[in-house]
Amino acid sequence: MAIALSASAAPRNVLPGFGLTMGFTLFYLGFIILIPIAGLLLYTLQMSWADFWAAVSHPQVVASYRLSFGGSLVAATINLVFGAIVAWVLVRYRFPGKRIVDALVDLPFAMPTAVAGIALVTLYASTGWVGQYLDIFGIRVAYTQLGVIVALTYIGLPFVVRTVQPVLEDLEPELEEAAAIMGASRWTTVRRIILPALLPSLLTGFTLAFARAVGEYGSVIFISGNLPYATEITPLLIVAKAEQYDYAGAAAIGTVMLLAAFALLVAINALQWWTSRRLGASS
Amino acid sequence: MSQVTAWRQATEEPRWVRHALITVALAFLALFLVLPLSVVLYGAFEQGLSVWYAAITEPDAAAAIRLTLLVVAIVVPLNVIFGVAAAWAIAKFRFRGRSLLISLIDLPFAISPVVVGLIFVLLLGSQGWLGPWLASHDLRIIFAVPGIVIAIIFGTLPFVARELIPLMQEQGIEEEESALTLGASGWKTFWHVTLPNIKWGLLYGIILCNARAMGEFGSVAIVSGRIRGETNTMPLHIEVLYNEYMFTAAFAVSSLLAGLALVTIAIKSYIEWRDAGQRRHG
Repeated sequence: MAIALSASAAPRNVLPGFGLTMGFTLFYLGFIILIPIAGLLLYTLQMSWADFWAAVSHPQVVASYRLSFGGSLVAATINLVFGAIVAWVLVRYRFPGKRIVDALVDLPFAMPTAVAGIALVTLYASTGWVGQYLDIFGIRVAYTQLGVIVALTYIGLPFVVRTVQPVLEDLEPELEEAAAIMGASRWTTVRRIILPALLPSLLTGFTLAFARAVGEYGSVIFISGNLPYATEITPLLIVAKAEQYDYAGAAAIGTVMLLAAFALLVAINALQWWTSRRLGASS
Repeated sequence: MSQVTAWRQATEEPRWVRHALITVALAFLALFLVLPLSVVLYGAFEQGLSVWYAAITEPDAAAAIRLTLLVVAIVVPLNVIFGVAAAWAIAKFRFRGRSLLISLIDLPFAISPVVVGLIFVLLLGSQGWLGPWLASHDLRIIFAVPGIVIAIIFGTLPFVARELIPLMQEQGIEEEESALTLGASGWKTFWHVTLPNIKWGLLYGIILCNARAMGEFGSVAIVSGRIRGETNTMPLHIEVLYNEYMFTAAFAVSSLLAGLALVTIAIKSYIEWRDAGQRRHG
């Protein structure tokens, strides 16, 4: 941990309290986040490689990675497409009730995941408001992998909208007008001017939605039905192993999830840096 | 073709495209946001207000509500103190490792709630690192209230800090500097200069932290041991009711949390609307 404890770069900063607030911040982060995470990693390091590998490569666990990562990828892609459309509509068009629609986008952030979970399974069960119509076409959502994707889409919905919206608002209309004056069709302008400008924020939102979905538990376990090898997500297996006091198995799989989260966090930071550089360059 | 329509065609989408995009966006949001919310409220009140009221006042539900309120009464103030302290250090001063520190604060967003719960069981559980020491001092953390509190602190740690850092950075340090130059103490400067400037952002951070703390599920599921009437928070109680096919009761308790979620986003949009108004007039 190489955080310099002196506010060296601002010699004339007369504000007090740097030592106190920084000290408390590091103390709090250390005890709540860093030491406990280190505890998990140490626990896993004490396992033999054979035990670790057996726990993380068991076919049932591998099937759960496929669903957790694959389902999250599909859900994040759905959110990329529809999130971009929602952001575009909210920034560029006027329609009645727009303010309420805009506010509602944050609902999955504020709604407890367990509540979302029982709401989604009730909607998509074969007797539910949506499920009964899908049933006519032979489409089953509840207790299938499709249900997992629905829940992961719900949970990741705000991310693409909320990362693209501010970038779209700051986009200079002059660029689009210039393209139009030079004879570009509207579609060409969208494709060649607007989409490239939105690309970093679209990718950031996509990665945020993906990262959130990979670790999600509460909204998924009700609609998934949790059938081994078919609709079990990885977080569910961690809970199951912890409940059976198989802490070594849980820790091994938990470490895999933790490393995936670190990798995603690095990717998100890089994308956000790219987005802010783009924003800085255009203004 | 007149020049005006030619210009419109080049800088705006045709009317049918606009209508199609609005329809697609609204249909998507109706399917994913409005329907799940409606099904919760419908399920909660389908059998009338008295059934709803009985479901939320029944002893196990009341115990879950009391426990949830107790837990947020501990978690939210701690994360508010942390958020304000971290934002003060990060936004008002420049130092090396600043972006690393911000990433550390973001860490709980990236980690699965289930892994968070597991981390604390491995650290503080009876078979964990500190298990023997805690047992010898007769302290019980896992499968008890302190474990729930710690797991929720971890999960909701970023909210206040993340709300305040950009806000305080934007406001700079000039106002605080003048207050200090005029002889105000550090605390006085914070209370009378900084706090009034950040109060709306702070309020939203608090209410979002509160909503997420009350709804925290995955981590609590592992550390609480799900002891009915004792360590079941509201989301865990909802799970128990649902698994016992008591759907109306499950939706009744859910409706309280859904209502809280609606209040949370209403306050957020009120604050944003206020800020936008100030920017226009200011």
